[in-house]
Amino acid sequence: MKETPLSACERDFILKAIEEKKRLDGRQTYDYRKIKISFGTDYGCCFVDLGQTRVMAQVSCELVAPKESRPNEGIMFFNIELSPLASPAFEQGRQSELSVKLNRQLERCLRNSKCIDTESLCVVSGEKVWQIRVDVHMLNNDGNLMDASSIAAIAALCHFRRPDVAVQGEEVTVYSPEERDPIPLSIYHMPISVSFSFFQQGTYLLVDPCEREERVMDGLLMIAMNKHREICSIQSSGGIMLLKEQVMRCSKIASVKVSEITELISKALMNDKTARKAGGRCGFAESMPQERITALKVDETPVETADVTEKASGIIKEAEAPPPTAPSPVVPVPGVGQVGLGLQNTWGVEEEEELEEFSSGDDVEEVTKMEEDERKNTKDDVVEILDSEEEEVVILHPEKPQKAENVKSSFHQKGAPSSKKKTKQKP
Amino acid sequence: MSTTGGMFAVLKEKVGQVLVPGDEFCFGAEETISLSESAKPERAVCGPGLRRSGDRLVVMKSGVLRHKPPLTFWIDSQQKRYVATKGETVIGIVTARAGDTFRVDFGGSELASLSYLAFEGATKRNRPNVQVGDLVFAQFLIANKDMEPELVCIDGSGRANGMGAFGAGGLLIKVSLGLVRRLLAPNSDIRLDLEQLFPCELVVGMNGRVWVRASSVQQTLIVANLLQSCDTMTTQQRQQLFRRVQQGAL
Repeated sequence: MKETPLSACERDFILKAIEEKKRLDGRQTYDYRKIKISFGTDYGCCFVDLGQTRVMAQVSCELVAPKESRPNEGIMFFNIELSPLASPAFEQGRQSELSVKLNRQLERCLRNSKCIDTESLCVVSGEKVWQIRVDVHMLNNDGNLMDASSIAAIAALCHFRRPDVAVQGEEVTVYSPEERDPIPLSIYHMPISVSFSFFQQGTYLLVDPCEREERVMDGLLMIAMNKHREICSIQSSGGIMLLKEQVMRCSKIASVKVSEITELISKALMNDKTARKAGGRCGFAESMPQERITALKVDETPVETADVTEKASGIIKEAEAPPPTAPSPVVPVPGVGQVGLGLQNTWGVEEEEELEEFSSGDDVEEVTKMEEDERKNTKDDVVEILDSEEEEVVILHPEKPQKAENVKSSFHQKGAPSSKKKTKQKP
Repeated sequence: MSTTGGMFAVLKEKVGQVLVPGDEFCFGAEETISLSESAKPERAVCGPGLRRSGDRLVVMKSGVLRHKPPLTFWIDSQQKRYVATKGETVIGIVTARAGDTFRVDFGGSELASLSYLAFEGATKRNRPNVQVGDLVFAQFLIANKDMEPELVCIDGSGRANGMGAFGAGGLLIKVSLGLVRRLLAPNSDIRLDLEQLFPCELVVGMNGRVWVRASSVQQTLIVANLLQSCDTMTTQQRQQLFRRVQQGAL
């Protein structure tokens, strides 16, 4: 889809309005749009709304070999995706100029400022380090993607928890989140970028331009700072000439804005932490307001309940018996993986072969007998699921009788006196 | 299409209710034909959102069923994406010149063509004064899914009738198609409310684009923001908002 071109009258109007110090949505010159930060259910997933601009960042980690030149430092990898979802101006697949520019700016802002302690990401020096990967996706473009991306990236990094690792001599154990709580990354400071747009050859400046203002602007100045008033990165694009005083003024404005935004991020992280501790529902779905413009309301239909029991029992009698199910949950033996069984085969070919093996009359009784036996067992019983139908498998267990949970798969049963089952031999 | 009195009555009953695609009005076999009523079949005219399929009337869009006596029924639906239809007047942005025509963007899937000669008083020697980036108010001469759409700035008799290039000093905004139809309806509530506020000039295109100009930049911005926000408001909310603006609170 092509992007809507900007008409001459819109451009003239926006410039005229800026000369009169008026913005399209009624903001002041130095005002940011409303920022909303929310986190997903996974650690490291963050959504940022800057007015209508919407951005999502996701952090993930992986154990890899470190770089040759830095054997005891972890690796940070940043990636910004511009998809046509955000704007018809973005094309899928092609790396446009804007995409390259945003990627470079985010890398300089976060990696070169050393906001994350990469040495703490080292597990075994020279062999295994953590690679932290930050993916930022644009969901809607209404201007100022850079600021929104930087807020989302740093908030996601602060929110992220990596698996705990213990090194004992030569052995490295990576604990899963169930075994040990994952630990947060060690972050020294939070660099946040603030964008200034210039109009009429640098005469007028606006903070946080929206999409239409961005199309009309002459140039853009991006300052990345942290709340300790340390400048992490400055970038000027568009080729405008800026005076020294202008840059100083912008950096002062930026320090004010950055401290406000850092405050917002910390508050959002705190809210998320308390929500998780309280066990309440947290995550993206909860943070979306229910916007309903119509709610379909249907009147209650009266239902006759006079002879429900007879009707119900009649229906049950005529219906087929339900497929046999295991009343107790399945616990695979540690060390045995179970690939999902998935849906049952409905072709009817294999089922016929299986049914041929079993004597038809005993089917139902055996099923019921098995189920009864299973019910007697406690839930701690180990149930074996064998997918191998090629060989006869013998499993020796000291005391407990072994039950299989599914009639249709092959199994070996011991201890059931009434009937014996043969393991299937597929030709 | 012709229906019996039975279906007509069912349709009339549902006027003002929300319907969804897939709802049908069919002439069921068990419906008895009243002997006392006249046997003449009544024709019901299907408007946008309704389609005849065999002997049934099927709803194609979700929305509210509306009725205009004596016979017209249609579905009032809400959408933002415009589909070109012959005869509708739209606001287009001139993007390029190609030989003897302008290429105009009206918000559809392709660009429409607007010939140099389709302006009032334009001849081969007397070219219209339209530049790239100008706004034009034009109507569709050809608009179907098989051909490139074509716009003209004159009506059947060769007169401009309000159409042509325009735009200096105003602001162009994008709203939903439902709001545009409400603005263009005769005796529209929204227009009456706007008139109470301050004098302004409005050009309303059926492709969801509205051009606004008031006496000052501030007032233009106010009207533009009001129109964009009253899209999803009920009548009371809108009147409340307009009253607050009138009192100077905003």
